[in-house]
Amino acid sequence: MTTLILAEHDGKTLNEATAKALTAAKALGAPVHILVAGHEVGAIAAAAAKLDGVAKVLSADAESLAHQLAEPFSALLVSLAGNYDAIVAPATSTGKNTLPRVAALLDVMQVSEVSKVIAPDTFERPIYAGNAIETVQASGKLVLTIRISAFTATGEGGNAPIEALAVPADDGRSRWLGAELSASVRPELAGARIVVSGGRALGSAEKFDEVLAPLADKLNAAIGASRAAVDAGYAANDMQVGQTGKVVAPELYIAIGISGAIQHLAGMKDSRIVVAINKDADAPIFQVADFGLVGDLFTLVPALVKALD
Amino acid sequence: MTEPREEMEFDVVIVGAGPSGLAAAIRLKQLSPDLSVLIVEKGAEVGSHIISGAVIDPSGLDELIPDWRERETPIKTAVTDDRFVWLTEKSAFPLPNFIMPPLMSNHGNYIVSLANVCKWLATEAEALGVDIYPGFAGAELLVEDGVVVGVATGDMGIEKSGQPGPNFARGMALKGKYVLLAEGVRGSLTKRAIAEFGLAKESDFQKYGIGFKEIWQVADANHRPGLVQHTLGWPLQDTVGGGSYIYHLEDNQVAIGFVVHLNYKNPYLSPFDEFQRLKTHPAIKGTFEGAKRLSYGARAISEGGYQSIPKLAFPGGALIGDAAGFVNLPRIKGSHNAVLSGIVTAEHVAAALAAGRSGDTLADLDAALRAGAIGKDLHKVRNVKPLLSRFGTLFGMGLAGFDMWCNTLFGASLFGTLRHGKPDHATLEPAALHQPIDYPKRDGMLTFDRLSSVFISGTNHEENQPPHLHVADLALQKASELDVFAGPSTRYCPAGVYEWVDGSYVINAQNCVHCKTCDIKDPNQNIDWVPPEGGGGPNYVNM
Amino acid sequence: MKILVPVKRVVDANVKIRVKPDGSGVDTANVKMSMNPFDENAIEEALRLREAGTATEVVIVTVGSEKSAETLRAGLAMGADRAIHVKTDAPRIEPLAVAKVLKAVIASEAPDLVILGKQAIDDDSNQTGQMLSALLGWPQATFASKIVIGTGSMDVTREIDGGLETLRLMLPAVVTADLRLNEPRYASLPNIMKAKKKPLDETSPETLGVDIAPRLTVLKTTEPAGRTAGIIVASAEELAAKLKQAGVL
Repeated sequence: MTTLILAEHDGKTLNEATAKALTAAKALGAPVHILVAGHEVGAIAAAAAKLDGVAKVLSADAESLAHQLAEPFSALLVSLAGNYDAIVAPATSTGKNTLPRVAALLDVMQVSEVSKVIAPDTFERPIYAGNAIETVQASGKLVLTIRISAFTATGEGGNAPIEALAVPADDGRSRWLGAELSASVRPELAGARIVVSGGRALGSAEKFDEVLAPLADKLNAAIGASRAAVDAGYAANDMQVGQTGKVVAPELYIAIGISGAIQHLAGMKDSRIVVAINKDADAPIFQVADFGLVGDLFTLVPALVKALD
Repeated sequence: MTEPREEMEFDVVIVGAGPSGLAAAIRLKQLSPDLSVLIVEKGAEVGSHIISGAVIDPSGLDELIPDWRERETPIKTAVTDDRFVWLTEKSAFPLPNFIMPPLMSNHGNYIVSLANVCKWLATEAEALGVDIYPGFAGAELLVEDGVVVGVATGDMGIEKSGQPGPNFARGMALKGKYVLLAEGVRGSLTKRAIAEFGLAKESDFQKYGIGFKEIWQVADANHRPGLVQHTLGWPLQDTVGGGSYIYHLEDNQVAIGFVVHLNYKNPYLSPFDEFQRLKTHPAIKGTFEGAKRLSYGARAISEGGYQSIPKLAFPGGALIGDAAGFVNLPRIKGSHNAVLSGIVTAEHVAAALAAGRSGDTLADLDAALRAGAIGKDLHKVRNVKPLLSRFGTLFGMGLAGFDMWCNTLFGASLFGTLRHGKPDHATLEPAALHQPIDYPKRDGMLTFDRLSSVFISGTNHEENQPPHLHVADLALQKASELDVFAGPSTRYCPAGVYEWVDGSYVINAQNCVHCKTCDIKDPNQNIDWVPPEGGGGPNYVNM
Repeated sequence: MKILVPVKRVVDANVKIRVKPDGSGVDTANVKMSMNPFDENAIEEALRLREAGTATEVVIVTVGSEKSAETLRAGLAMGADRAIHVKTDAPRIEPLAVAKVLKAVIASEAPDLVILGKQAIDDDSNQTGQMLSALLGWPQATFASKIVIGTGSMDVTREIDGGLETLRLMLPAVVTADLRLNEPRYASLPNIMKAKKKPLDETSPETLGVDIAPRLTVLKTTEPAGRTAGIIVASAEELAAKLKQAGVL
């Protein structure tokens, strides 16, 4: 009875998503191993070994794994699957790309985007873009992807042994040509860890930038906007968060001068922490905010930037 | 856009898949199975723009599909208990049923979702070979040499700038030997046809109300299937016409709605907030304890009645259903007449086609409708609306009741036929003559704001398109609508489409639920509602 | 080159879904159904490849009830050449079962490329394309935002966390479409009319010899817990302190 996690990393460092998946994996109640697959991943494996409660780290180091392609990753996982009752990955683009292949090759159904572990075989997962929660029971071998915003990260405190693995050969039918990682100063809105969003109360396109940019820079946050702000021409179309815009679920969502119409809430209600800054204490945004600050945004936002120093 | 349209020819083209359009299509195919009959519908599917109470009088269906009771239909809940209540702020006074004229009785009627009835009628129509195309609005009346020869569907993929985008698809010309406009109240093509052919020259202008509806899922203990209750009085002042309805459907669902007559004078009045406030009445709120609101919608209704029916036939077609205005106001019912008008008109059209005619004016249609069941239904109640307008709700309703008894018992009225006073856009008075109304705060449990209401109407419009609400003169809107009338559009619009932000008029066209109230009530008739890209608008479910 | 596009009939994206009070699922009665939006991207891409002369035929396929035929008609109205309806009244068909059915269809259709939506907006599984690729042993590129067909291979740009990457796949291959791949065209009224006459073949999972019994048991479906109001802080400094405390900075 052992659980195997596919570690999330960028080839250099271990991603926090791994520690979150670990939290979910530990809830299954079995010992947990972490597989670090890639090329020259020694340091990453060492970082994984330090996570609290990990029994063993498997290190699969090969050039064919360097770009984390789904085909060799799933072949590797399938070759290991005999020793495990559960195969788990965070629902990142790599996890989502790889794990359904593993499930299909093992002839089991994957449970996608697990948001809660109810019992070792019973899970909650969001469906209909989070507008409903399904509780499903699986039987036999488990293949799970973990919704990372639903779990906190497991901390350090372990010292697991690291075991090197032999890597199966790849047929090379899929080849990596190159990547274009967002070099922009700001992270992509859809995947950002922190989002700073502005509404019509900012008053103009100039003020929108002038007020929000320093805060976003300070927090390395993406900038979003309400529909009213987009319609008023303060922000570009692709910055719109909401029912008809982007749906985001960052760790921290800061709504500035946004009243919080339900159409906007539909696009950010799954954020972990919501902060609202608005002069109208009755604005609906305060009904969903973990922390509210009532007052003039033109003085409060610069003050917040300063306080974050 | 001058690019030529693709063309197709049919025997009959019908605009709108509501009760009248579907009834007309069904009757046409019943009479002449070989006719080609096409319906275009602006809703994303049949029923998605249908909103109605609804207690239906099955007389229309009995004519159309006599064995409907033996078929699988969404008409399931017969009215079992019919109550009429006068509300004051704290109390409710039931009116005994025996004082009500018999025409007001709901015995034999059914509580339904009219949207689901339309979906069923659409399957019946399709089974007969009618072609129904939802998601396509009738955007333009095609008139050649003074004859309506068809309609054009809207272009798709026009961008905000008004220029065709990469996915531009030109509308299609749908030509028909006869064209039936079944757009419902205040149809945009109907408006053009009435103007083009002077159809309203000899009738009174149309009068309107705005009707709201919410569907709630209520607790078992509060559910009485078959119960129908109407109220008058609070929260409206006596000078404002309107009232509420509560219908208990199947599956623990209760429809609650409210109608406010659009001849109100105070520009500060907010029909939406009056409706929200209604639900807090001690005699009403109990039903909704622990309940969940499932859907919301709003739509204008016609109230002009007999006097306001325009000429129906025009060269090449006719108005049917509520496009012509067949609502019986005291009975708050129109769908039976819509179905009947579809049937009668179809019979005239089928006869004309059989005689080899096309594109002419159906000469006997108007007289036939007025002499038939619709005329009889509406004639008896013709003075109700004018009496309410003149004498207020309490005294006006008393007089109206008396008048309906006279019409029922003696077939005549002491008043003769009263005319309507002013069109609804002309009844607003300058804001300076009125006080703002302080509506209670919404609690988010029983009462809600506009945007969370629009949210559950499923309303959506393709964002990158020009606004479908045309304000002819923005300077006038500022000088009059805002400066004189204090921006009534921000209050009469049930969907929060209109906002005045620092003196500029913001039109959130994407919120529009296609109720047409702005087209009716704007004091300067400065707003023209035209169909947006097909498929846009509410996505009502079970409404 | 022949392209196969699997599509799914789902609750329309504009419909506010309602969870049944008894927890038995999402109420789909009288609700507008449409083609899964990502599948529209998939069809659009296939049509563009055909219009560019790269592909010769676009075949769409669905697995589902009688009503799913409407979704196939919608795809034919967009421009697909023909459709295959794998008909079943099974209430729940899991991605693994769909992938197996598709594999069986592919055995007889022998397409050079399969493009499908990256996930369905109802169950949000995001599995079918990957599973199909694994079962076929064909290379895969998920979350595609750009496709360039070469000779015997194709280059696919895919959306990954933090940016884009480009893969070269040997054909035949499986690609799943993301929203930014293209903007799907409208089905024009004339094309909807013409689509009624396009070929639509029916088969069934039984005929194809595929067991579609679900593997997972859905115990219940509930509404998500709503957010609740937190606290009002007095100053920007207090806010900064609270955020540090909450560990989100």
